[in-house]
Amino acid sequence: MEELSRSVSELKQTFNTGRTRDVEWRKAQLKGIIKLLDENELQIFQALERDLGKHPVEAYRDEIGVIKKSARFTLSSIDKWVAPTKKQVPLLFYPSKGVVMPEPLGIVLIFSSWNFPFTLSLDPLIGAVSAGNTVVLKPSELAAECSAFLSKTIPLYLDCKAIKIIEGGVEVAEKLLQQKWDKIFYTGNARVARIVMSAASKHLTPVTLELGGKCPAIFGSLSDGDMKVAIKRIASGKWGPCSGQACVGIDYILVEHQHASKLIDLLKKTIKKFYGENMGSLKNLCKIVNKHHFNRLHNLLEDPAVAASIVYGGSLDEQNLFIEPTILLDPPVDAVIMVEEIFGPFLPIITLDDIHESIEFINSREKPLTIYAFTKDESFKKQILAETSSGSVTFNDTFVLNACDNLPFGGVGESGFGRYHGKYSFDTFSHEKAVLERTFYFELEGRHPPWNDFKLQFIRLAYNYDYFGLVLLLLGLKRKFT
Amino acid sequence: MRSAYINKEREIEIEKEIEREKEKETEREMDNDSKFDGESARVMMKELRETYSTGKTKSYEWRICQLNNLLKIAEFHEPEILQALHSDISKPEFESFVHEIWLIKTSCKLAIKELKRWMKPEKVGTTLVTFPSSAEIVAEPFGVVLIISAWNYPFLLSLDPVIGAIAAGNTVVLKPSEVSPATSSLLAKYIGEYMDSSAVKVVEGAIPETSVLLEQKWDKILYTGNSKVGRIVLAAAAKHLTPVVLELGGKSPIIVDSDIDLKIAARRIISGKWGCNNGQACISPDYIITTKDFAPKLVDSLKLQLLKFYGEEPLKSDDLSRVVNSNHFNRLIKLLDDDKVSGKIVHGGQRDIVNLKIAPAILLDVPEDSLIMNEEIFGPLLAIVTVDRLEESFNIINSRPKPLAAYLFTNNKKLKEKFVGDVSAGGLLINDTTLHLTVPTLPFGGVGESGMGGYHGKFSFDTFSHKKAVMYRSYLGDASERYPPYTTRKLRFLKAVMNGSFLDIFRAILGWP
Repeated sequence: MEELSRSVSELKQTFNTGRTRDVEWRKAQLKGIIKLLDENELQIFQALERDLGKHPVEAYRDEIGVIKKSARFTLSSIDKWVAPTKKQVPLLFYPSKGVVMPEPLGIVLIFSSWNFPFTLSLDPLIGAVSAGNTVVLKPSELAAECSAFLSKTIPLYLDCKAIKIIEGGVEVAEKLLQQKWDKIFYTGNARVARIVMSAASKHLTPVTLELGGKCPAIFGSLSDGDMKVAIKRIASGKWGPCSGQACVGIDYILVEHQHASKLIDLLKKTIKKFYGENMGSLKNLCKIVNKHHFNRLHNLLEDPAVAASIVYGGSLDEQNLFIEPTILLDPPVDAVIMVEEIFGPFLPIITLDDIHESIEFINSREKPLTIYAFTKDESFKKQILAETSSGSVTFNDTFVLNACDNLPFGGVGESGFGRYHGKYSFDTFSHEKAVLERTFYFELEGRHPPWNDFKLQFIRLAYNYDYFGLVLLLLGLKRKFT
Repeated sequence: MRSAYINKEREIEIEKEIEREKEKETEREMDNDSKFDGESARVMMKELRETYSTGKTKSYEWRICQLNNLLKIAEFHEPEILQALHSDISKPEFESFVHEIWLIKTSCKLAIKELKRWMKPEKVGTTLVTFPSSAEIVAEPFGVVLIISAWNYPFLLSLDPVIGAIAAGNTVVLKPSEVSPATSSLLAKYIGEYMDSSAVKVVEGAIPETSVLLEQKWDKILYTGNSKVGRIVLAAAAKHLTPVVLELGGKSPIIVDSDIDLKIAARRIISGKWGCNNGQACISPDYIITTKDFAPKLVDSLKLQLLKFYGEEPLKSDDLSRVVNSNHFNRLIKLLDDDKVSGKIVHGGQRDIVNLKIAPAILLDVPEDSLIMNEEIFGPLLAIVTVDRLEESFNIINSRPKPLAAYLFTNNKKLKEKFVGDVSAGGLLINDTTLHLTVPTLPFGGVGESGMGGYHGKFSFDTFSHKKAVMYRSYLGDASERYPPYTTRKLRFLKAVMNGSFLDIFRAILGWP
């Protein structure tokens, strides 16, 4: 605890020197992150392979590539972002200047997660340093190799008096939460998020919560050609990212009865092609992160009604913590697998009479982090947008939205609040300070006591920005109240 | 005969007892009817969620209609509003017009004028990485929101957030402050009459009612008040993962340089301090920092202007609000009577305990460990701290919790730059006080102890909206490189796409090194 307090004090001191506000310092940290990734690609692949069985292509696509892109985008934009933004000020206050000036919040705490241990650590870190803050990053202990790598390597590339990595589990997290932070950024689940927010409330610390939820994929009617592409995207969007252990992973599919069997057939073919013919020849798939989650997932299939609905897969390898891609057709909607976020390689398919019923189905559940909809029906798209609520919506694809630097990434309701990516990362770690500058010229006497009718009339006109009326009043030509 | 007499007496007694019991029973029944408890809250929430799920509050027409109706309250009931504000806090008519009614009207008219534009989805650019695609950000309401208002600007701080909430398409519960009961009832009455009561409700009451409200699951909460209750609100919100805006306060400092137009500066300081609810405002100048040399001149100028503004007997001036209640009155007297500031009062401080008035008071050279320098004053006392060099003022300010506002009076460009760069506060204003609150293009909110989030103008609409990211993709140009089985060639392609390098993409496709 003492060591922790010392670290926090050191970060405060560093912040107070003003060094982290300097744009050159911020750029140096961003360049440091890119260099770290460039020079340690193999080690990063290895750490991800050991922690999660992540394939290098997946590791590059979802972790290294994402962070590099994010750092480069930030580097190329940061001069623009730190500059004050001019704001229009009413003529009444002439001559005045109004600007909004971003400033760092101070000392920020970032809690990362285990499924994308690099992205979910370094992407928020990019936001925090670009905004000029000092940072404590706590990687997830469940991805131990990645956590150790970050702890060892970040000090070699970044300013270690301003950015600290603190490893550990629940105990360390609790101790961290007792400190006073200027911002906390948490990625994880809703249960722990409540604990984080509650701790933050004692110090009035603003928080961003990046949580998850049951992200549905609505599958409408598509032509054969489009359907083939859609299925590939669904398969790679479900099992591609960490074998379904992703906050934006597809949790379940909604489809009309008539299309279900075709959907399942195509999915089976695609799974075999992408991930192997059977349990014995699984490839390109992450393992389940640990025993606890493996057992949790195993238990989901213990429900007899759920087990009976398995139409593909269902095999588990306890020793190596692998579970094969599994499709279920119409498990009971009140089974645990349909109530809790799956966060694993099971894909329930729920059939409906009419695809438009999917809206009510989704709305009867908590707001998810994202909704996927495979349809070309423009009015259905509009209906989905207008009548459902989620962090985001993607039409006709999966996962790619996260790669768009201009779109905010974050949840709503149970899936969290706050957002980041691109400039939103910078903003989320900044305080937007309003600054108004006036001069001593042109004093409006009407604003000062003692009050009288003239002054009241003056203010009425002024507040309506009725400049013509004001001129008349000042010339003595306007007497009546309006 | 004697027993008959006693019996008669006893009969009368019994009848009186019965009468008393009946009265108590009626009182209890009335209490139960008007009591806002857990059950009432649940019923109310159910109604609001049902209203929201019909989708009617999302329509432009509904929002415009509600905004217009809200405007009517401000336009058609000026006398009643003035009366209520006068009853609650003896607010001068002028201040009630300018700071409450007119600000609400302007805010409402701006929302009505801009709503269509605010509701439009915002198109955003996409890059090579997601090519071909298009993307936009769509604003949608959160759902059911709670607004907890304060007593010092009871009309403004209730309706300004309501304007934002309605403009964004939410259903709303407003809980006005019980410390301003006349305005609270006025709001309950007119909101009930003018607004869609299935979507916009007022719950009056005090701590018990507020606690009941905070137990419910809201989609957003906006609280205006103090940081102690701010913590309670945030902790309650944490149980439901409800995002919160906290508009709090703090000790807003003014740094006063010597090279200024002293008369104008003094008048602006007085207007911002005593002209805003007699110091009972979240952005009220709390204390001044100036040099030891300049302090006497500043004090003289303030005294002179105070005389012009409020006359020889400020306790009798109608242009000053009273202190809101005896709690706050006693709190302020304690600050004045603190041993550490005895002998420091250089002007005013006379008190009228019957009418709850304190004359504008200036205290010079207050020690930093005095009571007055360690809590938000929120009253008509202005403390002046003196330093040898003005640059020392930054350390003083930065060693304290971040305030909602900070002010600087100077013509010195370097000082202005240092102020803007070094001082962290919700908002900064140079060469004036409090005005920045009225500029709708500037976000109004705090940082650190002074709060989180902000509103005013479009920021109100934004604060009550969830900005949903939407990406549109087509089935054309599907790159097989993104799918397993993963190969080295696919990795190269992926790297090239993510690096945004056309040349590398070309080489990857052709298999060139």
